[in-house]
Amino acid sequence: MMHIGLLHYLVLAAGIFCLGILTMTLKRNAIGILIGAELVLNAANINLVAFSRYRTGAIDGQVVAVFIILLAAAEAAIAIAIFMNFYNSLATIDVDRGDRLQG
Amino acid sequence: MTVAEWLEPLMFYLFAGVTFLSALGIVLTGNIVRAAIYLLGTLGGAAGLYFLLLANLLAAVQLIVYAGGTLILIVFGVMLTSRSPWMKFSPGRGEAAAASIVAVVLFAAIVKVLTTVDWKAGARPIEQAATVRQFGSLLLQEYLVPFEAASILLLVVMIGAAYLARPEK
Repeated sequence: MMHIGLLHYLVLAAGIFCLGILTMTLKRNAIGILIGAELVLNAANINLVAFSRYRTGAIDGQVVAVFIILLAAAEAAIAIAIFMNFYNSLATIDVDRGDRLQG
Repeated sequence: MTVAEWLEPLMFYLFAGVTFLSALGIVLTGNIVRAAIYLLGTLGGAAGLYFLLLANLLAAVQLIVYAGGTLILIVFGVMLTSRSPWMKFSPGRGEAAAASIVAVVLFAAIVKVLTTVDWKAGARPIEQAATVRQFGSLLLQEYLVPFEAASILLLVVMIGAAYLARPEK
């Protein structure tokens, strides 16, 4: 328990990943779903940096993690813009109301 | 025991606890503003873990871009869409139970797989933190194509977000 190794980080990241999945399934607020996606991306980042630290002997994992942070920021910007349009046309942020295409 | 020997586990469990409990708070709270604040805890805890993993520059980037930029964007999104009748929504008991079972089974399966692998075999750990110079030269030499693709992506996102968010004529 006292020696921190790769496994500690991987288990923590698995826990955060599962909580992110849970957030995405349980929230009906579109922004809540976006927050769940951010949790999943963070879990992936922790995994990448932990592998880079303990396994590969190089910092490539950290470079990829920077790209993931960038992608998460881009995704959040576009998602919020889409939610603004959603809110403007339906006057709600509840994703269950966005069923106009349903036959 | 030297200071470093007990300080590292202590800091790990501190940051891991903050990260995990904040993530748990996001799932459990029905209030979207609180979820955004808990996300700050998760992002900050993850930045602390990056410091422990000798990724100093990445921890700084995480705090500046994620906690400083993305989170502010999410909080703005929450504020602009807050006049909504479903701000507070708690899922039905059946939904919550089914989703929790799926998540717990998924977590158990991942942990089972992780513990069967011998992670020590062939491992080459980094002993000291990379400098910003090393990081930058890696970014501009080996990862030049992804770097340029990322800059084009940012331009596309900027134009796309401005187009999507413009008022209707």
